[in-house]
Amino acid sequence: MIGSARYWREIPQRYRYEAARCDACGKVHFPPRLVCSVCRGTSFTKTTLSPEGTVETFTIIRVPPTGFGAEAPYAVGIVKLDDGVKVTAQIVDTPPDDLRIGQRVRIQFRRVQKEGEAGILCYGYKFVPVEQ
Amino acid sequence: MRDVAVIGVGMNRWGELWEKSHRQIWTEAALEAIADAGVDHVDALYVGCMSGGLFMGQEHLGALLADQLGMGPIPGTRVESACASGGLAFRQAYLAVASGEHDIVLASGIEKMTDVDGGAATYALSTAADQEYECYHGITFPGLYAMMARVHMHRYGTTREQLAHVAVKNHQHGLLNPLAQYQSAVTVEQVLESVMVADPLRVLDCSPITDGAAAVVLAALPRTGTKRPAVRVAASAAATDTIGLHDRDDVAWLRSTEVAASKAYAQAGIEPAALSFCEVHDCFTIAEVMVIEALGLVDCGKGGEAAASGMTALGGRVPVNPSGGLKSKGHPVGATGIAQIREAVLQLRGDSAGRQVRDARWGLTQNMGGTGASSVVHIFTRA
Repeated sequence: MIGSARYWREIPQRYRYEAARCDACGKVHFPPRLVCSVCRGTSFTKTTLSPEGTVETFTIIRVPPTGFGAEAPYAVGIVKLDDGVKVTAQIVDTPPDDLRIGQRVRIQFRRVQKEGEAGILCYGYKFVPVEQ
Repeated sequence: MRDVAVIGVGMNRWGELWEKSHRQIWTEAALEAIADAGVDHVDALYVGCMSGGLFMGQEHLGALLADQLGMGPIPGTRVESACASGGLAFRQAYLAVASGEHDIVLASGIEKMTDVDGGAATYALSTAADQEYECYHGITFPGLYAMMARVHMHRYGTTREQLAHVAVKNHQHGLLNPLAQYQSAVTVEQVLESVMVADPLRVLDCSPITDGAAAVVLAALPRTGTKRPAVRVAASAAATDTIGLHDRDDVAWLRSTEVAASKAYAQAGIEPAALSFCEVHDCFTIAEVMVIEALGLVDCGKGGEAAASGMTALGGRVPVNPSGGLKSKGHPVGATGIAQIREAVLQLRGDSAGRQVRDARWGLTQNMGGTGASSVVHIFTRA
């Protein structure tokens, strides 16, 4: 269902983690948007997501959607990055059952899904545990 | 604004209706509502449908259904707000009558979900979340609600058993509803041993895939000559929240429901304690727990205890989902909001037979889209 133009449009966010900081109130938005949800400001400066954050919540997907069948079970979580941005992504390189709320994780570039039989490979960010 | 009442309701048996097309399912419900109202026409119709395109390859339902009803050229409007499409369709119908634009309006909902396979149905439902920043990463709807559940359990001590009690209660209620998809009881043990879908939610925490439709007829008050008592729309409110769950300050709080409910209570001039019963959006067991908190039926964080204690069961302080809820009655997404209103009307008329709430005076319905990115709340009372 992901056409190449649709995929290509999101590359700045998925490959380079580009975000936008509101010039008026400082709120960081990911993905960038045209109107700030906090102050309705319309002027932004490009920035990059903080690379580390904390797991706010997570689940282990046992019944996966189309395109993720080979990977199940896998963990997906909401991570609160150190710049305050919250993102949803897979948490990998750790047994899902060992995950816990509050765990420190780091963003990493990975293959996310394979689209269809002869489709494109879809890349983006996942999170891996921070060694402590 | 004029006072508005529901004067007729219609619904067919819900389930996997292989032998029936969406046209037949919808038209049966619409004709029943029109007959129940005792009217010979409607001035306009509204239909809630989440995804005619993805579930059945059919859009343009306003015109199609007006034609099926034999009532063209009346205006037909399709309303979409994911799983809250039915509730929002009712609200548009209500506004059309209250404003004086129309006198008699049909509000309806339909979803035909079993003409596609499970993977396609799951995909269609997932379009209610953020495709690029949630679904892209392999999250599912059970997964999103599971993440809400995990925070609720971690922060408030809500237990797995307490969630299971929501399913047990709603299946118990569904046993008393002859139109419910499931006419079977489940036990706490069965819920806790059912297949894990997305930790900590299991398959018996989830509402099913369902074919079904429901319809109600609205008219301006005062109105005489109705066959059954008219039920007044005492409040109608809707609100939104971020589409992405991760964009919310608190993923374990349903702000859109809180905002819509608070407006609705003010319109109706009542407090939550005045409610005789509620029909709420229990797409997952955790959803009912969080909704009753946002509606103010219990304090924040206390929703987990409600089903287990019997407070929200028939005969309890405030029965929640006497119809069986989405869990047992079924969840044809676009029709759910209208079926909730049908149940409220039957309860307030005293027409709910074995699941009748005693001395029902005020009823609330809450219908929700996605992870709560949209919520629609209505309050009803006898006219």
